[in-house]
Amino acid sequence: MKEQATTPGSTAQRMRPLSPNIQIYRPQLTSVLSITNRITGVILSVFGIALVVWLTGVAAGAQTYSRLHLLIDSWFGQAVLFAFTFAFFLHLCGGIRHLLWDAGLGFELRTIYASGWTVLAASVALTAITWLASGFPGG
Amino acid sequence: MSKDLRSPFARAVGLGSAREGVAHWWAQRVTAIALLPLTVWFGAALISIAGSDHASIIHWLQSPLSTIGMVLLLIALFHHTALGLQVVIEDYIHSGIKLPLLIAMRLVCYALAVAGIVASLRITLGG
Repeated sequence: MKEQATTPGSTAQRMRPLSPNIQIYRPQLTSVLSITNRITGVILSVFGIALVVWLTGVAAGAQTYSRLHLLIDSWFGQAVLFAFTFAFFLHLCGGIRHLLWDAGLGFELRTIYASGWTVLAASVALTAITWLASGFPGG
Repeated sequence: MSKDLRSPFARAVGLGSAREGVAHWWAQRVTAIALLPLTVWFGAALISIAGSDHASIIHWLQSPLSTIGMVLLLIALFHHTALGLQVVIEDYIHSGIKLPLLIAMRLVCYALAVAGIVASLRITLGG
């Protein structure tokens, strides 16, 4: 990018480097989990829409509901629901980690890595438990 | 010379440079804490009614506790969603679409919360 002349009016238009230059860092557990909490949050927003559609479908009556369940019970619906479950538990466990930090707890580097791996392991375990407990209703 | 660079007014108000940021931060935490029991309750209920027919799902949603839980869940969920998406938009969108997107996102969140609450009440009242 060619630098423009630094007249007072043009400073706002110049492309400035963005901090913290994330592209030069090797991904680590801490940074990956940090952005994961954001990404899962955005994914769960879509799940919020799905929740309202489902509730409206239930309210609309048995016919609409059974049509809705054709989609939910399909392999595609079940795959999406499975991904949502994992995203939910990642965001839930990551959120609890954030709340503990907000309380001033767990800031030592060792603890941060331990809680990070705990978030990952707990999310995998809770997703597995949820789907085993529901008995894979779609088939 | 004083080390405090704030104006006398800013010092008196005592909010630092945060302005409305504190309220956003605080509301995000309060809704997060509310969502801990509400989402776990709803998830557990979904597991227990998985594969049930329409009538039994209606029956579950019609109980007063379920209705209260659903309405609280929808309020906390979409408040939390609006706060979170607001930060994501503010951090990554820097073009002219930022402000319209922020407004649209917030209005959609309100609309979804109301639509969900109305559906929940329709189920409860059998309308």
